[in-house]
Amino acid sequence: MINLKSLLNSDLVYRFRKDKVAVVSLAIVFVLISCAVLAPVLSPFDPYDLKSIDLMDSEIPPIWNEEEGDSRFLFGTDPQGRDLLSTILYGMRISLTIGFFAVLLQGVLGVTIGLLSGYLGGKIDAFFMRLADIQLSFSTLMVAIITLAVFQAAFGAELYSELAIFMLVLVIGIAEWPQYARTVRASVLAEKHKEYVDAARVIGMSPMRIMFRHIFPNTLSPILVISTIQVANAIISEAALSFLGLGMPVNKPSLGSLISSGFEFIFSGSWWITVIPSFFLILLILTINLLGDWLRDALNPKLYKD
Amino acid sequence: MALLEVKDLEVEFPLGRVTLQAIRKVSFSLERGERLGIVGESGAGKSVAAFSILNLLSRPGRISGGEILFDGDDLSKLDDVEMRHIRGNQISMIFQDPMMTLNPVLTVATQMIECLKAHRKISTKQARDISVSKLKEVMIPSPEERMNSYPHELSGGMRQRVVIAMALLTDPEIIIADEPTTALDVTIQAEIMALMLDLCKSNNVGLILITHDLAVVSQVTEKIMVMYAGRVVEEGATHEVITNPKHPYTRGLLKALPQENTAGSRLNQIRGTMPSLNALPKGCAFNPRCDFASSECSIVVPKLEGDDGHHTACIHREEIPPFKSELGKA
Amino acid sequence: MTGSKNVPLVNILNVEKTFGDGGGFLSTAQPIVNALNNVSLSIEKGDSFCLVGESGCGKSTLARTVIGLHPPSKGEVHYQGTRIDSMSAKERQPFKRKMQMIFQNPYASLNPRMTVAQMLEEPLKIHERGMSKAAIKEKVEEVMVSVGNDPAWRTRYPHEFSGGQRQRISIARALMLDPEFVVADEPISALDVSIQAQVLNVMMDAQEKRNLTYLFITHDLSVVEHFGSKVAVMYLGTVCELADVKKLFDAPRHPYTQALLSAIPKIDGKGVNHIKMSGEVPTAMDLPSGCVFHPRCPYANERCKKEIPILLDNGNTKTSCFAVEEGRI
Repeated sequence: MINLKSLLNSDLVYRFRKDKVAVVSLAIVFVLISCAVLAPVLSPFDPYDLKSIDLMDSEIPPIWNEEEGDSRFLFGTDPQGRDLLSTILYGMRISLTIGFFAVLLQGVLGVTIGLLSGYLGGKIDAFFMRLADIQLSFSTLMVAIITLAVFQAAFGAELYSELAIFMLVLVIGIAEWPQYARTVRASVLAEKHKEYVDAARVIGMSPMRIMFRHIFPNTLSPILVISTIQVANAIISEAALSFLGLGMPVNKPSLGSLISSGFEFIFSGSWWITVIPSFFLILLILTINLLGDWLRDALNPKLYKD
Repeated sequence: MALLEVKDLEVEFPLGRVTLQAIRKVSFSLERGERLGIVGESGAGKSVAAFSILNLLSRPGRISGGEILFDGDDLSKLDDVEMRHIRGNQISMIFQDPMMTLNPVLTVATQMIECLKAHRKISTKQARDISVSKLKEVMIPSPEERMNSYPHELSGGMRQRVVIAMALLTDPEIIIADEPTTALDVTIQAEIMALMLDLCKSNNVGLILITHDLAVVSQVTEKIMVMYAGRVVEEGATHEVITNPKHPYTRGLLKALPQENTAGSRLNQIRGTMPSLNALPKGCAFNPRCDFASSECSIVVPKLEGDDGHHTACIHREEIPPFKSELGKA
Repeated sequence: MTGSKNVPLVNILNVEKTFGDGGGFLSTAQPIVNALNNVSLSIEKGDSFCLVGESGCGKSTLARTVIGLHPPSKGEVHYQGTRIDSMSAKERQPFKRKMQMIFQNPYASLNPRMTVAQMLEEPLKIHERGMSKAAIKEKVEEVMVSVGNDPAWRTRYPHEFSGGQRQRISIARALMLDPEFVVADEPISALDVSIQAQVLNVMMDAQEKRNLTYLFITHDLSVVEHFGSKVAVMYLGTVCELADVKKLFDAPRHPYTQALLSAIPKIDGKGVNHIKMSGEVPTAMDLPSGCVFHPRCPYANERCKKEIPILLDNGNTKTSCFAVEEGRI
């Protein structure tokens, strides 16, 4: 549709290059994602390989601690003896995977419901919106906790830890569809009354075609904006759930479960087990949010910035 | 000296990579009680000219040159506090869409009283009385009850009357009306224009009417200024300019009116479209669309010249045949 | 049903349209709006039928009802003798080829996310399944050129064009299927004066070349006088006066038509001289009893307040007015 050259020359890219915060945020996010994707290549150890872990290596502080730091472990080790750097890389990978797929699920579900609801109106709209209202009155975390706790009890810890990623994506994905549905529905309601939709009907196009081929592309801006924020939210939700012990198991940690497992040690001196993963989590969320903010402002045609 | 004198006004919009020159060297004046019409199509700069008088340009637009002298003071040099003393007080403004001008969550009374108390040290009761009397002046039936209405409870025509009443509250010396009847039906438009004409005459208030409608401007104003791509191309007494237009653009506008063409025939059109501000032709901005253009027209920017107060910015103005209007005869 | 001389191309019979309802279990009540009340019109082939009136008169609603965007609450719409308003979407499909529409707002009538080529090819892709890509491209180019569009515009997006250019693209889109009947809903109202002339010329050219019949909705009476063959004046969902254009402008009989014509600003520098109507425009949510115009009419009597007048021939035009019927004016 839009070729690369005209995209690079466009106002959007120009405004992006001018905004230092946006550029830095994008750079950081890109680096973090690359690290996560290339985790198997970059990490010095494989944290899931039980044979490479030595319990004698547990709780070694980061490399800059002159007395006890070990050159093998940049950020030190966790209570199991796993290299923290490798665990963080793999953990970020898991966090980002869950974030991405959960948002994909929410998105597909929410956008479809939003389109149908907004365009068809009537009883369908009333039904879905009341459903969304009901679902929004329960916080995501609460729903997730209840659901996951039930599943954990039903499946048992072992089966659960294998299915954990899948369960998390499912739960976070289904819990958050109302956000997308509402945003898309608002867009659809605005677009529905525009004359190009009438023109499409006069020409004789089917409602399906009008919804997906004509209206949907015009709802992309708000979808894009909330997607970045939703990814950040999904990562936080997962981190919180893992922190509470309902998310990723200890042997396949995400950033959240890492933070959780290190929490008891924070006052006994091994601060790095919690603090360093926390730092990376904050960095990831912050930069994603900043990018999302920038995108929202850039796509808003009414704001003028000097 | 005239009440309002705008000299060589320049307005620009710095937009990141490019700076758009919205108004170039526009000058006009208004005596006390005089009615001026600024005519042009969208993009000509007429609203920008009016907004800049009251320094209401939306960022990043700004006045980059010229003077706006009101009773001797240069309005473009005043700071915000001093400007507030002028806005809504000595110079009022009426905008196009009354639903946007009036605050939908406040009653008419609140809005009018607030406006008065911002500029006068009077009690609420006094402000209310003045408001009711102004509503009577704009012929709103049962004004005391109307004071307690919300804007959405009034029809379009009534809302515009309320807006006019608000503009008159402080007995201003000039009212600037930016397309005040474009959003209204024809019958309501006629009433509102008749009302404005009456009020301006009886209160000796100056009027700057901005519109694209040549017919409306001919009914209400005494002198007129035609703008194109940020410059004035023709100015003079209204009746004179409309029955005897000298600039090819003004001629083109008048000739394109259905009333000037035989029914069923193709309308005389001006070919092409008004250039956008970042792609203005060299020399006279109208030359690509002009039937009388010569090679000189794309080099020289014509100055406003002429006699008897009727000025035209066209180097060929003497050679253009006179315009035989169907309407001027009526 | 082949005598096209006798059967009007489009016949609108006693159409009524009401919006809104009392609400249901899961939804809130909407106010009831009587947009159209017992409207009957017939449009002959080759007409430039103009529908005039001010906001709230129902002209846009009537246009949309005729073209099928919403069904009439009561009454029928016929096309060349066949009743179309009660048809299913599938049955109506062949009629959509013959009836097309041009809209008012040039900024909202083109999909901002589609190129000109995509928008113009789509009608053909839907109705002419067998047409090859090359044939489609050729047809698009031919129609674009015929309305004065540059074929190079194909790859561009609507935001790159001015209002007048967009309207010409809309016209091209409406003409893609070679329709016989085009409904134009205030197609030039949103445009600048000099561009209005251009677009109107394009529409007149198209009518001549393609033998089109127009239903032209406008509030601008000077355009009606120039372009129309027949005109219907509407007020609050009712047709006040129906006539040949020339006869209406020479001698309007209905009091509303007279007021409307006098309100058109004239370039004569004589100030504003219009017939003043009393009161305010009522809304379609609260229709007056009897003749909808009676609260503002200088000639209303008791009968006008109670009974609804119907369109009757008065020798010159057709009016729905008791004062005219009774010879009072």
